[in-house]
Amino acid sequence: MKRTGKLGALLVLSAILLVTSACGKNNNNAEPSKQAAASSAAPSSEAPASEAAAPADQQITMGFAQVGAESGWRTANTDSIQSAAKEAGVDLKFSDAQQKQENQIKAIRSYIQQKVDVIAFSPVVESGWDTVLKEAKDAGIPVILTDRAVDSKDTSLYVTFMGSDFVEEGRMAGAWLAEQYKDATEDVNIVELQGTTGSAPANDRKAGFEEKIAGNAHLKVIASQTGDFTRAKGKEVMQAFLKANKDIDVLYAHNDDMALGAIQAIEAAGLKPGVDIKIISVDGVKDGMTAAAEGKINYIVECNPLLGPLLMQTAKDMLAGKEVPKRIVTPDGTFTSEQAKEALPNRKY
Amino acid sequence: MRIHKHHLFWPLAMLAALLLFNLFYSPEEFYTVQVRNGHLYGTLIDILNFGAPLILVAIGMTVVIATGGIDLSVGSIVAISGAMACLTISKGADQDALGLLAEAIALSIGIALLLGLWNGLLVSVIGIQPIIATLILMVAGRGIAQLITSGQIITVTSDRYGYIGSGSLLGLPFSIFIVVAVFAVAVLLTRRTALGLFIESVGRNPSASRLAGIRSRYVLIAVYLFCGLCAAIAGLILSSNVSSADGNNAGLWYELDAILAVVIGGTSLTGGRFYLTGTLIGALIIQTLTTTIYMIGVPPEITLVVKAFVVLVVCLIQSETFRKTLVQRWQTRRYPAEREVAKHV
Repeated sequence: MKRTGKLGALLVLSAILLVTSACGKNNNNAEPSKQAAASSAAPSSEAPASEAAAPADQQITMGFAQVGAESGWRTANTDSIQSAAKEAGVDLKFSDAQQKQENQIKAIRSYIQQKVDVIAFSPVVESGWDTVLKEAKDAGIPVILTDRAVDSKDTSLYVTFMGSDFVEEGRMAGAWLAEQYKDATEDVNIVELQGTTGSAPANDRKAGFEEKIAGNAHLKVIASQTGDFTRAKGKEVMQAFLKANKDIDVLYAHNDDMALGAIQAIEAAGLKPGVDIKIISVDGVKDGMTAAAEGKINYIVECNPLLGPLLMQTAKDMLAGKEVPKRIVTPDGTFTSEQAKEALPNRKY
Repeated sequence: MRIHKHHLFWPLAMLAALLLFNLFYSPEEFYTVQVRNGHLYGTLIDILNFGAPLILVAIGMTVVIATGGIDLSVGSIVAISGAMACLTISKGADQDALGLLAEAIALSIGIALLLGLWNGLLVSVIGIQPIIATLILMVAGRGIAQLITSGQIITVTSDRYGYIGSGSLLGLPFSIFIVVAVFAVAVLLTRRTALGLFIESVGRNPSASRLAGIRSRYVLIAVYLFCGLCAAIAGLILSSNVSSADGNNAGLWYELDAILAVVIGGTSLTGGRFYLTGTLIGALIIQTLTTTIYMIGVPPEITLVVKAFVVLVVCLIQSETFRKTLVQRWQTRRYPAEREVAKHV
């Protein structure tokens, strides 16, 4: 009885495996990849002519599994990768996972079956990638992580991780504040709107910021609460901060959206954002930059989404046999109000 | 009738306890209400303003729960309605035009009614369990909201639209007036007409009510429609409060807060009985708790634990069985030492 039960379970399991693997095969993300192939076909025919000097230059096929299109930042990221692929003459197979890990895994499996030259992706979550990355490794396809990391212990599963350094972003925010108030003789009261509790950007941006302001005893974080990276929560929490603390000098928000919500709360309190309360934020999305240009945000640390050119370059170097560092940090810019005003018309996102 | 037997006694006592805590902990910050820019400004006002969407959703949820059902899709409907309104307004040439605003509101309420109808039909005509029937829309609804916003956050710059969620009338937030209106309509419809009785009867025993001549099917469809409508208005208030629509996060987990508010208010999840005023107080308890947590500076890592603990205490105190056990234990306590003393005297 027990034996047959086990056997049955095994049968069911193998049936499921068959079905899921079939799904992976069928779901080739035909639509986006076709589009990408079509759009990159035109320049790629010219590419060999212009790059003929490079030895053994052949068409690279890259499979890219994007997280989704959940924010303006992500859309800019996608655009950058697609246009960079076109320029570099890389045949890009692109898929949108709609923020679901299983979709990304499916996409990666289909890339493995299509025998692409390199796979790149932005993992939705940190964990659960070992199996599919092992499959890619066994198939001899190198993997590049962009923008987000995986918590896999076996770092040989991917070639490199490129993206912003969140701790460094926090440091830049803290450094600017420390510079602004270096001559302060009175206490500077700081409130902090954290990102989603436990998320890597929230932890790192907090840590980096605290590291830089630690040197000045006058800089004090008097309240810190999560705003879940959303505008609504940012506003709600800031309203409570404003009631609970009489004298707030500085707001540090872990992303632009929370800062935008907080700005509304500050205005509702009859104060001037950027003047009565100095605001520092991270990301540099369009709405945030607009607020900065209006002087409502004093300082924005940009989290650069334009990874495309760097990604293509890295893929080429890697396939050409060059050594690629395990961690590639993308440079992040910073914007004061004046710089934001200048930069705003040329922003892509 | 003794006062503590009243169904509102315990919810009111909990709310009073929360307010009392704030009176001791941060009287000045919590209770100061000033006039700023011509409207009232203070923590109490914030609680009413931010609590408004939750109260609305919870009112709709109450009548659904009264029929023995549940509506898990309200959070998604909140997102869809906000997304629809913001999309319509963002496409307009003049974002402040009154016609455009009317169109946006009509569209988002229309789509929410359609979704409510869908829930109602699934439950009453097709006979799917309410929790499953509405689960479909809870999951799919987020997708619909993202489809409407193309996965982006839509920002609008319409002062007229912003008025719904953050404007003020007679010194009070406008959203409060919406809540009062919806609450009044709900109370009048259910307590001054036979509708309330029908709802309770369907919740107690659908077949018996049908045999008694009540059209259970229509009653069910009506409550899901009403719930959808409430969620739509809540969505409008939420998105207008921040002048933007976020398909991913707007109204996330609202269904759970709403169900909690209903339960704290004394309505049983098995249906057949409902208390709208209780729900109102339940929602206020939740919002007061949230605001209190922000004010006293609970570290974000343990915020949820604190919330869970308070909710647990609230639910325990409300449970009659728990109270009886507690009283019994107290009356018949037997400490060994006490017994020893009794034996030797």
